[in-house]
Amino acid sequence: MRRNDCFFVSTNIFSTGFCSLRKIVRWMLVASMLTSMPVLAGKTLDGIKARGVISCGVSTGLAGFSAMDSKGEWHGLDVDICKALAAATLGDARKVKWVPLGSQQRFPALQSGEIDVLSHNTTWTLSRDASFGIHFTSIVYHDGQGFMVAKKTGISAVHQLSHADICVQSGTTSEKTLNDYFRAQKMKFRPVVFENFEASLKAFFSGRCQAYTTDASSLAAILQRETRNPGDYLVLAEVISKEPMSPAVRRGDDEWFAIVKWVVNALIVAEEEQLTQANLDTQKEHGNAVVQGLLGNADDIGKLLGLDRAWAYRAIQAVGNYGDIFERNLGSGSPLKLSRGANRLWTHGGLIYAPPIR
Amino acid sequence: MNNAVIPSAFTNWLRVNLFADKASILITLLFCVASAYCLPAVLDWLLFKAVFRADAEACRVAQGACWGVVTEKYRVILFGRYPYQEQWRPMLVVGILLLSIIVSCRRFADYSRLALAWLLVMLFCFVLLRGGFAGLALVESSRWGGLPLTLLLTIGSIAGAFPLAILLAFGRSSQLPVIRALSTLYIELIRSIPLVSMLFLAAFIFPLLLPSRYSMDVFIRVLLGITFFLAAYLAEVLRGGLQSIPAGQLEAAASLGLRPWQVRWHIILPQALRATLPSLINSFISIFKETSLVTVVGLYELTGALTLSLSGDPNWRPFYLEGYLFIAAIYWCGCFALSRHSQQWLNKT
Repeated sequence: MRRNDCFFVSTNIFSTGFCSLRKIVRWMLVASMLTSMPVLAGKTLDGIKARGVISCGVSTGLAGFSAMDSKGEWHGLDVDICKALAAATLGDARKVKWVPLGSQQRFPALQSGEIDVLSHNTTWTLSRDASFGIHFTSIVYHDGQGFMVAKKTGISAVHQLSHADICVQSGTTSEKTLNDYFRAQKMKFRPVVFENFEASLKAFFSGRCQAYTTDASSLAAILQRETRNPGDYLVLAEVISKEPMSPAVRRGDDEWFAIVKWVVNALIVAEEEQLTQANLDTQKEHGNAVVQGLLGNADDIGKLLGLDRAWAYRAIQAVGNYGDIFERNLGSGSPLKLSRGANRLWTHGGLIYAPPIR
Repeated sequence: MNNAVIPSAFTNWLRVNLFADKASILITLLFCVASAYCLPAVLDWLLFKAVFRADAEACRVAQGACWGVVTEKYRVILFGRYPYQEQWRPMLVVGILLLSIIVSCRRFADYSRLALAWLLVMLFCFVLLRGGFAGLALVESSRWGGLPLTLLLTIGSIAGAFPLAILLAFGRSSQLPVIRALSTLYIELIRSIPLVSMLFLAAFIFPLLLPSRYSMDVFIRVLLGITFFLAAYLAEVLRGGLQSIPAGQLEAAASLGLRPWQVRWHIILPQALRATLPSLINSFISIFKETSLVTVVGLYELTGALTLSLSGDPNWRPFYLEGYLFIAAIYWCGCFALSRHSQQWLNKT
């Protein structure tokens, strides 16, 4: 359901003008960034320490990734990454300034220095990495575009969708991926395109389409919460695209880039070593060499990142290990009930992998 | 004569308004049938089968509307990202603004005093929301949201744009070529840009043009953007009013020895304002609703706050419609009050 970069909320008439304006904005931002780069280099962490908060760009609302609750508190996987960063650098997971951003503002906000890190359910692609003046740090979630069908249609695999009506939201990468995939498979389909999310979903539930397509994680949320009876629908196991989600930082500050990368790695290694919020203190004293190193009980590896000894200890203490974060926000502890799938640890056949911390 | 012959006021009203001739009898009957057909279902959905308590599970199985979404999320919808514990401040601001509007509708004898009072009210609201003194926590304007933001942007931009629009309207009909050209250029330039672009300029480009040691609050920048935008439209509305004043009046006033600015202030402007009041109110109503565009630059007013509160919450997201109806009701109250008030005003003057 990710929007194309040139797209504006829901008023079509603006979209052309807005798109070209956005290009201008982007170029101006990139230009201003190039001139101000030397000033920013290595300064992000200093700036964060001086301000006492991390400025974290999150999505305005995506179930399981970043969402504001009725009391104004933020929750989600993307949110927990920022909390871990705040705990590691500032010693307090609450010291985060949340900046909710729409798809069209997220890159300008990062480029202009308004935010320190973009933790926004953003797909890592070559064009973004190479031309937006940003660096993706490491993959925190492997998503992919999937399909939802009604069970009574008897469809159970993507190849059965030949000549089907497929509901999709216009202006999203999902629409483009869908077209590309079916052309490559030499299959025919009829796209039923809607401008907004609610309308396309309504059309699917009313039987206008045989299938509805968007990212698999969103499909899971829809299946659980927006169907009268989740048992009547099926999310197909296959996905037709790679959507690796990664935090991103501004170019020109390698030290900060390393910190964001290694805080995420520390959360993954913590799951490998079965470190949890509960057993952290005992493991710090009695754990194996890897654990002792991670928690700062052996060599001071934090110093190499410009942090203190207990950086990883505090990050894990604040949000738990990667598996805990997943279960709390997306898995069994959440309304979404997503299975780990490709987001299992590499040791369990998944894709979540972190280089060694030593 | 007895009562049976003289129709009562009510039946008379009915006869005149609903049953005057065959066509209106037909329309009345059709309308009655249609309402009898639709009304029970609508009322069922709105009230009788609706769920009012904040219970997502009850809402999922309910036949009617789920007003529980408002019960659950009203704080976020009304006040956006403003810190939860401090929300008495935006609540107070909304109260003060509504009270000020009501008071200034009743008494508008002295315009300069009214303007001064409004300036003070706006400053007070700004300072109260921002805090950072006397034990009030500092709340950056990027975290303001919901109804107070909508109201402040609307009132602030109208108050700022109005004087500017008067200057521009006089400027465009001025005898001096330079002033006329500049005013025309400004008006035509601004009117050729959509408001979203204006907001984008104000929010993202403008800070780049400022030297880096100066920074301007994002709320002020956006407010200025809307103000400059609205001024161009109001100026054109007012110019129509200025042109409606017969030239004879100006000559008469000049021959009485009034100075040019006195002619404008005492003769032209009051008449032009009265003539253009409906169009002015029209512009005010449209800018009230267009403030919803500030969401694109990261300020979460009513509609933005609704998105913020629902889009990430799988339990309540299915009940978007009820949320939108809730803020539609708020917008309707504002627009309706504005248009009723302008009618009263027209009748009085």
